[in-house]
Amino acid sequence: MIRLIGVEKKLGGQPVLQGIDLSIPVGKLTTIIGRSGEGKSVLLKHMIGLMQPDRGEVWVGDVEISRLSGTRLNDVRKRFAMLFQGAALFDSLSVFENVAFPLREKLRMKGPAVARRVEEKLEEVGLAGMGHKFPAELSGGMRKRAGLARALVMEPEIILFDEPTTGLDPLMAKSIHDLIVTMHRRFGFTAVMVSHEIPEIFAISDWVAMIWKGKIAAMATAAEFQRTTDPDIHEFISVGGTVALPGLLVG
Amino acid sequence: MTNVIEQLGASAVMRVREMGRMLLFVLSAFAWLVRPPFRFHQIMKQLHFIGYRSTFVVVLTAGFTGMVLALQGYYSLRKFGAEGVLGSAVALSMIRELGPVLAALMVTARAGSAMTAEIGIMRITEQIDALDTMAINPLQYLIAPKLVAGVIGVPLLVAIFDVVGIYGGSLVGVDLLGVSEGAYWSSIESAVEWKDVYGGILKSISFGLIVSCVCCYKGFYTRQSAEGLGRATTEAVVLSSVLILVWDYFLTSVLL
Repeated sequence: MIRLIGVEKKLGGQPVLQGIDLSIPVGKLTTIIGRSGEGKSVLLKHMIGLMQPDRGEVWVGDVEISRLSGTRLNDVRKRFAMLFQGAALFDSLSVFENVAFPLREKLRMKGPAVARRVEEKLEEVGLAGMGHKFPAELSGGMRKRAGLARALVMEPEIILFDEPTTGLDPLMAKSIHDLIVTMHRRFGFTAVMVSHEIPEIFAISDWVAMIWKGKIAAMATAAEFQRTTDPDIHEFISVGGTVALPGLLVG
Repeated sequence: MTNVIEQLGASAVMRVREMGRMLLFVLSAFAWLVRPPFRFHQIMKQLHFIGYRSTFVVVLTAGFTGMVLALQGYYSLRKFGAEGVLGSAVALSMIRELGPVLAALMVTARAGSAMTAEIGIMRITEQIDALDTMAINPLQYLIAPKLVAGVIGVPLLVAIFDVVGIYGGSLVGVDLLGVSEGAYWSSIESAVEWKDVYGGILKSISFGLIVSCVCCYKGFYTRQSAEGLGRATTEAVVLSSVLILVWDYFLTSVLL
């Protein structure tokens, strides 16, 4: 569904993506890992057209989006939703209004139909009865849940998760991971997640891709990934993995 | 020497490029404005913010400006025995010059800086990106209503400024300094022409456009840091104020 071919991107004159070739499997949860500053979030933003590559192609279905803009790009974006690192909730709107926002602005829905759908999504993410609160009144985990409810409310085909557990304690991070997996199984959307949470992501992801020096160093199923013999990849995943799950890394 | 010339050239090119980017930004926002869906509610919300919530500060400024103008005017005119034309002096100064300029500067300070900060925070916290991902154009949803509100709101505030200023002048001139009430108001009636009012309206519309364009642009392209946001807000206020004064000179020289 999403394919990146030879994607290159420089930021501030520095090469970040240096020829990314990546295909995201439909209906699966794919996690992109890599060192800080390797361009994982940049890569995610290319998939939804928030950034344009200097070179290369980005395909969503049968549409090449890297040179699209305006209405044509918006048509492609209707298939997406995105959960940002800080949730990106609108400060001036309550949680209810945030979740209702895409329904009202995109589908022009009004009245009880909006309320029904919003309450349903809030309940699914564990925020029932919290609709009246404003983002500033929420904890980090609750903000992520509200962001997830807003992402789910339009029932998109693809959801992008940009480090959804950053800044959360391990328990809260686990609950957000569990929620993502539950929602993914229930609704069957294609999920692409950027994360640093090794080894936790191996337990929840169908596929794992790793960026190394601006390229995709490996992409494999979570189980295959942990059995890698590549020294660079092994070193990277063992830093997080040996502490918690040493058995998995030896292969 | 060559270095200095190179730096000057680079700085000039950068500024021209920035002006071009700002022009494209404004034209794109207006182009999105005429496409459905039309968000009248957003425009009303911005009008409330830029217009209604600036009323108090504008009334306060206008009142004291009119009063001090009457004081100074009376002092000068008395030397020539022309206190009777105090009303026209106050009214013409207000309508032609001080009303549009001071009201626009007050809107810049109160609403313009807030607009830049609001949009800048939305940029830093990825709220603008979130709009994009929802296939909602930020220029259409966020910027266009602010531009329209600026163009409508500032002239309305200027009208209030003019009226309050003239009444402030009357308070000092007539009630405090003893100028004849009839002379004060009749001199206004005989001196103020339609072209004076028209010039003031034209100025206030263009000032409204300048304030909203500059402040929205600076907020929209804020660099991703708190320092960047602070700098953007300062630049927005300074640039808007300078452009208002420069544009005022050019417009006055054309309208005279």
